[in-house]
Amino acid sequence: MTTVAKVTDEGTDSPYALSHLDALESEAVHIFREVAGEFENPVILFSGGKDSIVMLHLALKAFAPAAIPFSLLHVDTGHNFPEVLEYRDRVVAEHGLRLHVASVQDYIDRGVLRERPDGTRNPLQTLPLTEKIQSERFDAVFGGGRRDEEKARAKERVFSLRDEFSQWDPRRQRPELWQLYNGRHAPGEHVRVFPLSNWTELDVWQYIAREDIELPGIYFAHEREVFERAGMWLTAGEWGGPKAGETVETRLVRYRTVGDMSCTGAVDSDATTLDAVITEIAASRLTERGATRADDKMSEAAMEDRKREGYF
Amino acid sequence: MSNSTAEPVKPLSTEQLSATTLLRFATAGSVDDGKSTLVGRLLHDSKSVLTDQLEAVERVSASRGADAPDLALLTDGLRAEREQGITIDVAYRYFATARRRFILADTPGHVQYTRNMVTGASTADLAVVLVDARNGVIEQTRRHAAVAALLRVPHVVLAVNKMDLVAYDETVFAKIAEEFTAYAGELGVPEITAIPISALAGDNVVEPSSNMDWYGGPTVLEHLETVPVSHDLATCHARLPVQYVIRPQTAEHPDYRGYAGQIAAGAFRVGESVTVLPSGRTSKVAGIDLLGQPVDVAWTPQSVTLLLEDDIDISRGDLIVPSGDAPATTQDVEATVCHVADTALSVGQRVLLKHTTRTVKAIVKEIPSRLTLDDLSQHPEPGRLVANDIGRVRIRTAEPLALDSYADSRRTGSFLLIDPSDGTTLAAGMAGDAFATPADEAAQAGAADDEGWDF
Repeated sequence: MTTVAKVTDEGTDSPYALSHLDALESEAVHIFREVAGEFENPVILFSGGKDSIVMLHLALKAFAPAAIPFSLLHVDTGHNFPEVLEYRDRVVAEHGLRLHVASVQDYIDRGVLRERPDGTRNPLQTLPLTEKIQSERFDAVFGGGRRDEEKARAKERVFSLRDEFSQWDPRRQRPELWQLYNGRHAPGEHVRVFPLSNWTELDVWQYIAREDIELPGIYFAHEREVFERAGMWLTAGEWGGPKAGETVETRLVRYRTVGDMSCTGAVDSDATTLDAVITEIAASRLTERGATRADDKMSEAAMEDRKREGYF
Repeated sequence: MSNSTAEPVKPLSTEQLSATTLLRFATAGSVDDGKSTLVGRLLHDSKSVLTDQLEAVERVSASRGADAPDLALLTDGLRAEREQGITIDVAYRYFATARRRFILADTPGHVQYTRNMVTGASTADLAVVLVDARNGVIEQTRRHAAVAALLRVPHVVLAVNKMDLVAYDETVFAKIAEEFTAYAGELGVPEITAIPISALAGDNVVEPSSNMDWYGGPTVLEHLETVPVSHDLATCHARLPVQYVIRPQTAEHPDYRGYAGQIAAGAFRVGESVTVLPSGRTSKVAGIDLLGQPVDVAWTPQSVTLLLEDDIDISRGDLIVPSGDAPATTQDVEATVCHVADTALSVGQRVLLKHTTRTVKAIVKEIPSRLTLDDLSQHPEPGRLVANDIGRVRIRTAEPLALDSYADSRRTGSFLLIDPSDGTTLAAGMAGDAFATPADEAAQAGAADDEGWDF
């Protein structure tokens, strides 16, 4: 990290200009500190994916040299990449954090949720998540959602009020003015907070490179046994793939997002370093979700509908 | 798939990418001025629309029987918007060029959504006001200019759209530009750039137009890329609202006590004498931590932690300022507010006032006037303000506030009024005079080589 940023561009000759990454970092830290100052029991949603890893890194910087005043919550679909779970547990131990786990598998075992015919567990995350928020009385829940991800997300506030059923109503959002975030809520309601709202996928990667943040290995090119479904490379596994007619082959791939194995696809890639990943993303003509998320393709309003129900 | 999106984009180098600055801007336009098309065109022609997004737009356009992809579909994200074909709320868009990264607050043009333009303009360094070349400056244009002036957006672009429908006629453009510049200038808008465009045909949006040789200025994108966003901080009043007190109380840091916050204006230096408001206690800056790294100087909008020489009582909501440059504290706030809630704001109403990191009880003492944005006329004593109204208010607060004039600092001169019963954000407030006068501008221009605007 530079002590004094000396950035100039054609638009300004001021030595006080901040690079866009410094500006985004400063804004995110401001958001973390606002929540720490105004809420009783915040939690960071942590999946072991790059966005939540960046969130955790920002939170650590925001409160240094003190520990972060939040615990972590992982919604465990039961179909996780083992490398990601290993990473999660290592990070939690390293920083002395408290980890809550909401388990989809528990809900299925108890008969509360039923496995979908397509094996996709992403839509099943909403109930365990919202019940955990209620039972632990979390009043602010940090998510790594970015407004560049999807059209419905582009409308999301940084502080997004959810009712006692965790529902999002896009027509009843509070206007968000200046940097004055209004986190007031009634008992039972909570606020979803998105410190990375203004970041793009490329910003996240550049920041990871600049800050030299460690990631799970699945983000870098590696050989993996995959099969093709709906135009994506899925990892073979106990969750229900491959089916008859789908052939497993070994390919050089990496992941752009981390999620449930049943619906997160890998992309062909030989990018084994951060620089190579950034070059690849800058040249990519596909969005992150378009390339790798089956669940977003279900309908034009898939994300909006799931967000309304309480999903992130 | 159209050819322009299939073209490979030359990737930017990591160096290029990290040296870019960020420009936040807002768009405003009436319903059929082509705002969505302009936004779609900016995203599309700057190669920010990726193949899968465009394919989705093409799929939906085709299913509706359209022969060309409707670029407006790139930005209308909610089910109700697609159904009604209108934009119902502010959306944020992101795109980048080699020179700069952009955050666009895409605000709806419907008159009932004035509050959304206020929302978008509150964080904008620049506002693009769209006008239909065939209609010229209309009431809605004047409203948009007034909101930009009220919110003290430093740069305003007048985009005269649909030039293709007036035969790219220079005199049409010149007349509209002149009328708008005169009106906005009177409101104290410091910098106005007028650009003749056709969002549909792509003239002067990203590429210079061959249809308007008479125009020698920048395209919309060129202007966005080069407009200055940072300022000479030497003339700003330094302000640090305390967000959170950091006290590790660990063996390694037994005595660390840091005041964390985002510098709202100006710069702070180690060794500087500072005063803490509202208590008025003074001390010296012993150290500044920039996210874990000690620095000698820090400036807006950096998030920092300040360490002071003396162990004085400071908590969230306090304001740290240079000792020689403290704002007066007051319990009587005079301000312009934009009402953003569906329930009214009335004289005598008890509210919460959120100013920087401090929230205090307050009561609306008077609503001396309501402003009509169309002609800037004042309606005396309206008694109440309803959604999208803009009015002058007098508010008495339960505790003193260290409030700057909004003209001096957008961060420390702004506030929210909140309904204490359910937390609804009622109004957006700006302390001090509503509009800058051109005379003020002239004085400021003489005092500093930059506009003196402040973030």
